[in-house]
Amino acid sequence: MLFRANVNGTWREADIWAGVSLLSALRDDLGLPGSKNACEQGECGSCSVWLDGVLVCACLVLAMQASGREVRTVESLSVEDRLHPVQDAFVEAGAVQCGFCTPGLIVAVTDLLEQEPHPSEPAVREALSGNLCRCTGYAKILDAVRLAEERLESAG
Amino acid sequence: MTISADLAMDVLQPSTLDEALEMRRDLPDAVVICGGTDLMVAMNFGRLRPAAMMDISRVDEMKQWRQEDGSIFLGAGVTYSRIMRELGTFASLAQASRTVGSPQIRNRGTVGGNLGTSSPAGDALPVLAAYEAEIVLVSGRGERALPWDRFLVGPKRNALEPDELILGARWDISRGPESFSKIGTRNAMVIAVANLCLVVDEPARSVRVALGSVGPTIIRAREAEAAATEVFPWDDPSAPIAEAATEGFAQLVARAARPIDDVRGSQAYRSHACRVLARRALSWALEEHRMDGGS
Repeated sequence: MLFRANVNGTWREADIWAGVSLLSALRDDLGLPGSKNACEQGECGSCSVWLDGVLVCACLVLAMQASGREVRTVESLSVEDRLHPVQDAFVEAGAVQCGFCTPGLIVAVTDLLEQEPHPSEPAVREALSGNLCRCTGYAKILDAVRLAEERLESAG
Repeated sequence: MTISADLAMDVLQPSTLDEALEMRRDLPDAVVICGGTDLMVAMNFGRLRPAAMMDISRVDEMKQWRQEDGSIFLGAGVTYSRIMRELGTFASLAQASRTVGSPQIRNRGTVGGNLGTSSPAGDALPVLAAYEAEIVLVSGRGERALPWDRFLVGPKRNALEPDELILGARWDISRGPESFSKIGTRNAMVIAVANLCLVVDEPARSVRVALGSVGPTIIRAREAEAAATEVFPWDDPSAPIAEAATEGFAQLVARAARPIDDVRGSQAYRSHACRVLARRALSWALEEHRMDGGS
């Protein structure tokens, strides 16, 4: 079936099998491997993207459901070789180990800070409850959220 | 994951309810998908390979909720995130919604999905049972409403006809303390080991208790309800309930459960969990009743 969606600001098309997930269409058909394929059952959050501005697991969206709509992926965050403040914060806080969960967490943290610039500790934990990391133990990730919060505020 | 790309599959995408019903009549085997949080797991793992799917996520009629004369209608396509934001006055429904999956899942998952899947672990289902909700079904032949327990007929089984769609749920708006609680191994991304919804209907002077994940379908603890209704301090909100009455209520709730041993928990643990949840829910309700002065 013809899949056509506005992905990171550009209308993209692909001929896909109608049963694939949005994650599969992004990675395998549109050449956007930033969203990671880990659990394929919505458990890990590694494939977090925005669909019409709403944070979702791309693996749980039938690609055709996103056809005609707006998809924003982790690839949209950096501008040329300049990282997004949330990405910078992850690097600086040492919140990245194997890196597999990182794109999903970056998207989830960005979504949180866009909606709530100064979230409470429980709000951060709840907002990131759908993203699993098996390396860091989360402490560094929580540090990165605070660092990103400061950076975004000073960036205005 | 391997996908046989040569496998023919069609996705129908109605944009109105009329269109959806026409497609449903003509292609009753098309699997209806909305949020996709259940179905896409089955698709991704190759357990589901339908000839067609019908995506109803663009049907606006299903994404609305509205207050009707003394009752509320909740469209099947309203997501758990929206319930948390827009329907906080229904405390136990909002609490149950908040325990569903993760933010990403709640942004997609719908009450219609819980109803369609009809798993005894569906978090919204005990709430609908405690609200005495009716499930509104629609087809080209018209609308019909079934009491929740005539819709949910068994584990993953419901009374939906092949040409019907789940339009939503409707229940009478009441007044009084209510709560939803859930036992699982984490606070997020967890399928319930046991869950419980307790609703005190102040105007009707009745207490209703529903259990999930501890039987083949949702269970109302009728004997426990009668016991709680009898001892509840309707006229004197500050009057305490005897410990024996609380424990008796909790035991009746646990006795109503029909749990099994499975990967999420043992039968014995689940019965114990029901007892604990029942005690807590009753104590919260009494506290709220006392604070509100029974008004």
